Amino acid sequence: MWRIEHHPILGDLKKQKKVLITLDGEQIEACEGEMVAAALMADGHRILRWTKKNDEPRGIFCAIGRCTDCVMIVNGVPNVRTCVTPVEDGMVIETQKGIGSWGKIE
Amino acid sequence: MTRTEILVIGAGPAGLSAAIESARAGARVLLIDENAAPGGQLFKQIHKFFGSREHRAGTRGLDIGTQLLAETRELGIGVMLSTEACAIYPGHEVWTVCEGKKSALIKTDCLIIATGASENAVSFPGWTLPGVMGAGAAQTMININRVLPGRHVLMLGSGNVGLIVSYQLLQAGAEVEAVVEAAPEIGGYGVHSAKIRRAGVPFYTSHTVVEARGREHVEEAVVAALDSNWRPLADSEQVFAVDTICLATGLTPLAELAWLAGCRFTYIPALGGHIPWHDKTMQSSIPGLYVAGDIAGVEEASTAMEEGRLAGINAAASLGYYATERREELSEQVRQRLAALRSGPFGDGRRSAKEEILNA
Repeated sequence: MWRIEHHPILGDLKKQKKVLITLDGEQIEACEGEMVAAALMADGHRILRWTKKNDEPRGIFCAIGRCTDCVMIVNGVPNVRTCVTPVEDGMVIETQKGIGSWGKIE
Repeated sequence: MTRTEILVIGAGPAGLSAAIESARAGARVLLIDENAAPGGQLFKQIHKFFGSREHRAGTRGLDIGTQLLAETRELGIGVMLSTEACAIYPGHEVWTVCEGKKSALIKTDCLIIATGASENAVSFPGWTLPGVMGAGAAQTMININRVLPGRHVLMLGSGNVGLIVSYQLLQAGAEVEAVVEAAPEIGGYGVHSAKIRRAGVPFYTSHTVVEARGREHVEEAVVAALDSNWRPLADSEQVFAVDTICLATGLTPLAELAWLAGCRFTYIPALGGHIPWHDKTMQSSIPGLYVAGDIAGVEEASTAMEEGRLAGINAAASLGYYATERREELSEQVRQRLAALRSGPFGDGRRSAKEEILNA
């Protein structure tokens, strides 16, 4: 829905290997190797976490791994910067509440 | 412990150029970067660069990036990616952590820090809502990730970053509803502003964003006119229905490592704030520690590459790879190109600001 399929300078979007990830239990199709935050935005998800004190939503802010606004729980690990974390098949992503919590790590 | 002659931190335009020049001189070079891919912010620069042919003008940033990576490979430069520099100890020992797991100490004779800059934020009510983001962040989303961060965008800031990203948002298929600029004049080059003006994007100079509204993400931007003292004028508010507000409000050098190393700093607002002092060879107050690119004063990728070359040539020469005469000859060529890039109405301010560093 938000992917840029055609571009006057960069050309058409190259075919990438599609994989399935889950966001809060819901399955989402993503491209292998793309950044998690980009995959979520392409699927229309703009809220990546909720703040600890005031329960406010946060989304992508710097997109280059500096600001930590996009941290989420990835495969059970909290505070992962999703704008610089590549998608892997079967990745389990959770919207982070506050400072997050450690889940089961395989 | 790993040993090298020249360690370059940061594989953006400045760091790549520094590594290439050092290796060309014959020095053993190691280049590290915290990101998984080299190039820094070059690959999202899909526009053609300015300058003369020696500055690779007319070539798109991403193509320059591809060329630099090819040269890096041809010269056999060691590149360590996903590697963060976490500390610098006296004697040029750098503690690195690779992929968040492996710790390694690198001992080097010369160190070149080329860590770049990060975008400034502006705070107004609602600025933390999803949908408010750096202009560079939007540029990364559209040109690297190929995902539109929004359909209807308002750009705050009309410097070159704001203008170029506005145009690239249009190219990516977004609507740019307005470019808002607090100053009375558009900040960037006329060639960039003309392109988006022709596309029908309205400019609001002497205006700023006073609020971002929305329940869970941006739904509206409130824009107000400013008086000559930069204060919002009463009853001047206009509301734009947008889902994204981009902040193109300048950059600040990423100078943490230079602070850690104990470099002397100068404060020069025109170059982004606190800058590690450096001489005309790009050497900092610490012998053998060089800085290049945006960390040495925020400018452009083209000047960053030249500063990288200057640092690389002089670091290699300090290790005996060039005789004094040859070093001067090569450095002078680079300085002339830098002077050309810092000329004209847009370059003069940067040139005098860079001279201010030398006198600080």
